[in-house]
Amino acid sequence: MSDVLGGLGHATTMAGRSIRISGRNLDALISSMVLPVMLMLVFVYLFGGAIETGTDYVTYVVPGILILCASFGGATTAMGVSEDMKGGIIDRFRSLDVGGTSILAGHVAASTLRNLASTVLVLTVGLLIGFQPSATVSGWLAAAGLLIAFLVAISWLSAAFGLLARTPEAAGGFTFFMTFLPYPSSAFVPIDTMPTWLHGFADHQPVTSLIESLRGLLLDEPVGTAPWTALTWCAGILLVAVGLSGALFKVRTR
Amino acid sequence: MTSTPQTLAIEADGLTKAYGELTVLDALHLQVERGAVFALLGPNGAGKTTTVRILTTLTRATAGRARVAGHDIVAERSRVRRAISLTGQFVAIDEKQSGEENLRMMGRLRGLSRAAARRRAIELLERFDLTDAAHRRTETYSGGMRRRLDLASGLVGDPEVVFLDEPTTGLDPRSRMELWQLVRELARSGSTIFLTTQYLEEADRLANRIGLVDNGRLVAQGTADELKARVSGHRLDLTAVDPSAYLRIVQRTENTSRRLHHIPETLTIGLPTDGSAAGVRALLDEADPDRCDLLRFSVHQATLDDVFLTLTGKEPQHV
Ligand SMILES: Nc1ncnc2c1ncn2[C@@H]1O[C@H](COP(=O)(O)OP(=O)(O)O)[C@@H](O)[C@H]1O
Ligand SMILES: [Mg+2]
Repeated sequence: MSDVLGGLGHATTMAGRSIRISGRNLDALISSMVLPVMLMLVFVYLFGGAIETGTDYVTYVVPGILILCASFGGATTAMGVSEDMKGGIIDRFRSLDVGGTSILAGHVAASTLRNLASTVLVLTVGLLIGFQPSATVSGWLAAAGLLIAFLVAISWLSAAFGLLARTPEAAGGFTFFMTFLPYPSSAFVPIDTMPTWLHGFADHQPVTSLIESLRGLLLDEPVGTAPWTALTWCAGILLVAVGLSGALFKVRTR
Repeated sequence: MTSTPQTLAIEADGLTKAYGELTVLDALHLQVERGAVFALLGPNGAGKTTTVRILTTLTRATAGRARVAGHDIVAERSRVRRAISLTGQFVAIDEKQSGEENLRMMGRLRGLSRAAARRRAIELLERFDLTDAAHRRTETYSGGMRRRLDLASGLVGDPEVVFLDEPTTGLDPRSRMELWQLVRELARSGSTIFLTTQYLEEADRLANRIGLVDNGRLVAQGTADELKARVSGHRLDLTAVDPSAYLRIVQRTENTSRRLHHIPETLTIGLPTDGSAAGVRALLDEADPDRCDLLRFSVHQATLDDVFLTLTGKEPQHV
């Protein structure tokens, strides 16, 4: 019991550390704040005119930008973890009896908060340029819950990538496929406009169920079982990421 | 609770570490008394960091046992961790945090309350002469300041046993002197200190006892004087008249395997001797039987360098 409390205390301190450090990392701030907003503007004003989605394109694309944000944030997290593993600080934390899970949980908490901040920013700019959500209060809450679940899962997966890579640069590269995943989904264009051979993947990959849920909840449209599918994906990713990072941490600190 | 002689802070018994086929630490035995300063002296790659990492519970030994601060390093890992501190070979502080933030974080991780962690941080900053830089990010610190903060970070929890892995490597002479002074103060306050170094002078100046490691083996252990006695106390330096005479002397004394050093540039050869007239005369006759190759000779008190060279076959690093 006191071990659990001690672990929580350590994780809180580690989260405070990661948050302080990421607030002072200009590169990370730019890539997690400015980049998503710029991408949204590019999609809405450059591509949007050519894409037929049945609604205003900005309204269609905001959920996709939010997911893209999370993937960009992942690179910062992976690099932060990798940076720690490279220096001597992990040895010092371990000699203070701080467990690997607490160290990673600190990174994940900071990553989730960073992403929530960029989510708020994207939503705000989205509203300014014409995004018109019509969600109910419970719709907003459900959407926020789903998004947080996804942020935690993807952050922990990024932390695992940070342990897998031998250099911070490689760690950033490992998260590349996460930034790629939203493209073959319904995030930016409807799936039925894609080639048929891609439908199977696009329909069933994790991002699609998440996008469909967020879009439905924010626009107050029926979502069916999509939120449950999305939640299952998040839980699955989180489970794998926690297991994988635990094992990798042991290997890296042997 | 198991009991241990309360006079010992560190007790290692047959510690061995192998990475696959490669044995990097071979049956290390050592004992460090409470309150002592012990220096593990050895060249790069000797196994110093490996020893420190095993004793601080960060790496498991392949074989052997050890107790630190009275606790078994495997069975009572958490107790050991609470009793020690480690300042590693590479500075382990956050560059994007200020000195005070770094220390407060360490205090919180040690289980101090917010207020206590803050008090302790301010205290340590004062003691390590970092008060003026307390609120600056450590990326703006000099090498010496970083090392001092690194050392301070290790002392937040008042550890019983302090491990310092090559604390002065890479420091300029002035910062090194400052750090030596801090280590001496720490020793006076009663902590047990286990430090590693490649520098003889550092071991000689700081430690009560020195262990000499090479290739994963502890080749000698004792006080500086005891170690010096291992090389018969004195050294006879011979200087040849010219390079060919130098080579002849090297040849004649080669088989004796007592040679301490060869310096071709100055045509000098060092040989161990007890320093007695009879011993020196016999050596001179052996090196130069025809009395024409030798320019001059001198007899010196043996130094730790000689010990290092005799026991490891390598030239030691110099401050
Ligand atoms: N993880 C590892 N895998 C394989 N060999 C290692 C590993 N860590 C250290 N070594 C080897 O162990 C030896 C001792 O290393 P180390 O303890 O770091 O020496 P020192 O600190 O005295 O310079 C070196 O030859 C080093 O290459
Ligand atoms: Mg080393």
